[in-house]
Amino acid sequence: MTDHHQHEADTRDLFGFWLYILSDCILFSVLFACYAVLYKNTYGGISVRDFTDLPYVFYETMTLLASSFTYGLAMISLQKNKLRQVIFWLMVTFLFGFAFINLEVKEFVHLYAAGHSWQGSAALSAFFTLVGAHGLHVSIGLIWMAVLMHQLSRFGATTFMKRRLTYLGIFWAFLDIIWIFVFTIVYLMGVV
Amino acid sequence: MSDVEFNGKQKTLKAYLAGFFASLALTAIAFALVQLHFMTDGLLYLSLGVLAILQLIVQSICFLGLNQSAEGRWNLLPFLFTLLVIAILAGGSMWIMYHLNQNMSAFAEMLKVTL
Repeated sequence: MTDHHQHEADTRDLFGFWLYILSDCILFSVLFACYAVLYKNTYGGISVRDFTDLPYVFYETMTLLASSFTYGLAMISLQKNKLRQVIFWLMVTFLFGFAFINLEVKEFVHLYAAGHSWQGSAALSAFFTLVGAHGLHVSIGLIWMAVLMHQLSRFGATTFMKRRLTYLGIFWAFLDIIWIFVFTIVYLMGVV
Repeated sequence: MSDVEFNGKQKTLKAYLAGFFASLALTAIAFALVQLHFMTDGLLYLSLGVLAILQLIVQSICFLGLNQSAEGRWNLLPFLFTLLVIAILAGGSMWIMYHLNQNMSAFAEMLKVTL
């Protein structure tokens, strides 16, 4: 009976987290709408077309996609209660995620150093806000992942940890889905 | 208790592999289409949009685990509602802002007359 109640409570908690993810989706949709409205307002400065290197963006996309996949492998290891494997795959996921953030920050720094900051034009403001908001989410996800890896090594694969890892998994998959639209709308459609 | 699945159903390696390779293929096709650029611009925008939505569906099912089970349905309904809100928000903003010139032209005419 207690199991049943616990299950109900877990389902409810998960639903709450899911609602957070959906509201975050709406936040991103607003940023996308801003970008779509402002991307032509370059104020004589550069547009996405001028600085986008498609292979670079493809590489970025691959690191994030790979991290989504390796997170899945971590979840499968968790179901089998293989703690070491879970931590190993989380570590791999973390490295892929970190590589992604590294690439993104490099692009930002490069743009800023060349004098194209977010203050340059409405288009650049919209670009930095949209891509930056995604990067910020990924960074928070990485910190979260590091904390969970630490907790896993201390507490083991307890029910609590399983719940936390499930939440992070949803968050991580959500970030990859947002990135699909970032690379399609900002980079690919910007280059066409 | 320890066997409670927090995401509706057991995730399988097959689902993750399918999601990974399908996403990989869809991404590669999208980049290739832009790189090769053999379509008209309009058709290219449309194809990119379709590819992105396909990948959204693939990842929602394979990575997020959206499904039609009793618990999955509870997740699916607000998801669909969110899509509606996004369509109104993003689509509506673009519709209004892209037609500003058109809708403001009466005002511009009026200015000309008064000047």
